[in-house]
Amino acid sequence: MGRTLAEKVWDDHVVRRTEGEPDLLYIDLHLIHEVTSPQAFDGLRLAGRPVRRPDLTIATEDHNVPTVDIDQPIADPVSRTQVDTLRRNCAEFGVRLHSMGDAGQGIVHVIGPQLGLTQPGVTVVCGDSHTSTHGAFGALAFGIGTSEVEHVLATQTLPLVRPRTMAVTVEGALPLGVTAKDLVLAVIARIGTGGGQGYIIEYRGEAVRQLSMEGRMTVCNMSIEAGARAGMIAPDETTYAYLKGRPHAPADQDWDEALAYWKTLQTDDDAVFDKEVVIDAAELAPFVTWGTNPGQGVPLSSTVPFPSDFADPSERTAAERALVYMDLTAGTPMTDIAVDTVFIGSCTNGRIEDLRVVADVWRDRKVADNIRVLVVPGSVMVRLQAEAEGLDKVFTAAGAEWRQAGCSMCLGMNPDTLSPGERSASTSNRNFEGRQGPGGRTHLVSPGVAAATAVTGKLTAPSDLS
Amino acid sequence: MEPFVTHTGRAVPLRRSNVDTDQIIPASYLKRVTRSGFEDGLFAAWRSDPGFVLNLPQYQGGTVLLAGPDFGTGSSREHAVWALQNYGFRTVISPRFADIFRGNALKGGLLPVQLAEETVEALMAAVEADPALEVTVDLDRREIRTGSGEAGIVVPFEIDDYTRWRLMEGLDDIGLTLRHAGEVGAFEDRRPSWKPRTLVG
Ligand code: SF4
Repeated sequence: MGRTLAEKVWDDHVVRRTEGEPDLLYIDLHLIHEVTSPQAFDGLRLAGRPVRRPDLTIATEDHNVPTVDIDQPIADPVSRTQVDTLRRNCAEFGVRLHSMGDAGQGIVHVIGPQLGLTQPGVTVVCGDSHTSTHGAFGALAFGIGTSEVEHVLATQTLPLVRPRTMAVTVEGALPLGVTAKDLVLAVIARIGTGGGQGYIIEYRGEAVRQLSMEGRMTVCNMSIEAGARAGMIAPDETTYAYLKGRPHAPADQDWDEALAYWKTLQTDDDAVFDKEVVIDAAELAPFVTWGTNPGQGVPLSSTVPFPSDFADPSERTAAERALVYMDLTAGTPMTDIAVDTVFIGSCTNGRIEDLRVVADVWRDRKVADNIRVLVVPGSVMVRLQAEAEGLDKVFTAAGAEWRQAGCSMCLGMNPDTLSPGERSASTSNRNFEGRQGPGGRTHLVSPGVAAATAVTGKLTAPSDLS
Repeated sequence: MEPFVTHTGRAVPLRRSNVDTDQIIPASYLKRVTRSGFEDGLFAAWRSDPGFVLNLPQYQGGTVLLAGPDFGTGSSREHAVWALQNYGFRTVISPRFADIFRGNALKGGLLPVQLAEETVEALMAAVEADPALEVTVDLDRREIRTGSGEAGIVVPFEIDDYTRWRLMEGLDDIGLTLRHAGEVGAFEDRRPSWKPRTLVG
């Protein structure tokens, strides 16, 4: 019987397989950041173990870093300790680190692809659930916890049970104005935040094939919000074109060999998925969340749902709680919801293509008065590229703040946070209670909707701007 | 890792579904660089409410957490497991766990027990009726027991043999893997030379 993309990559990394035990899987690339690594390095030190393959490991500072005045020491002492600890650990164990201020620094899931380290058919892990991002290249990539980080540092392997496979096929072309973010929010709303649980999702179909690498990364990034272990998209010409010439991509004869292998990774025609979901692209529209989990979303043209709309009792209770937390009234048109802050950035939508979309909306427009608008590039390279294209001028002329690279307002761990009760439209991936700061209220949106919302002050699609 | 064979303790009924790791331990508590001391951050946002279940006198000292479906969704932070353990929990019982949380819990020796929703509901009701009731989580026999006689509940739970053996022996994963270092080396010798490397030269 044929095999799926996920099964092929999995099989090619099995070091050891024994009946009744998890497979021991080899890890090609291990990404590290300051939050989930200190206790792992501590564990190595206690046991007197070295890092087995520093040459397959790379670290960056992202979650805690401020996005202004980065030449100053980090003000928050605990954040500073984490970053300093990472620096000490990387120096001690010989791990390459991109520190604040370095041209290679950025969000861990932005720098891997940008360097060409993320390639089709590799296994990638990181102590961060959005590692699923790298699946956009046909890599098998998933988030791990700190003890697994320690395990990979010590052995370059992980004992794992192979998840089941799910196909999410988006048939037909995306309608005009519908983006990768809308697509994935709609997928999550459809299958639920637990719908992907235990599965590796492979996104397929015309709409997926048409996405750029950035768009594919946005989709795979949010697989975890549907509960999936990983998300993957088979590599194709778009993937190869993106990779070619990147600093760590194979070159010359290596490229030919690699390419020949990558082309074998497509899911076989006779492969069987454990579960299949089909979505008609024509039914998709700009999508936004109203609640406190990423599955609580509706088309922007729709209204805040009534809890009674949900047949499932726990979903109904969750909706009631969410409406209270979000301070929303059922039946309100989504486009009537006014925001205080717009955040554009994160590993979901902090890439150059996302920033170009925003700049296109803002050319000759201004952001609304009394709205705080942060544009935060996902990496220093993205920042430099945006500046080379003059996008920064568009952002500042429109009245937005152009920041340094980092996770920023995606999570309340650095100085960029919402205050209690503050409402944001955010291009990030999580609208959990308090995610962007205690008491903060988050609406997840695409970069285009974020930009249009910044102009009107209310949730708005770019096509609705006059 | 402390072996887990059987555990008996009082239970805390947390009647919420979709308890994500940001609720278990908010991001602002993640900045420590040690493995202990995370108990203060456990359910921090909810604990400011005096009526929250962990604040009620009758549930002090509980070691078994009863929770609604989809426990541990969201971010992969293992601190969520440490926070529960640092607070004193040895096991969490829920109708459904998020995968990453379940993996993290098993590695840390916090036993996630998945039971049917009705069973969890029955356990919650029993504990709410009598907060002093002790619940036994018997990994050896793969069963949960509480109460006695008519009101007693005895239910089996599923866990694979390998995971159960590791937990009962308190075996550390890295040590287990390093016993196969030779096979890892042999695999590395077979890897294609074009695979990416982070250090050049
Ligand atoms: S941008 Fe947000 S989701 Fe992505 S790695 Fe940073 S904190 Fe995690």
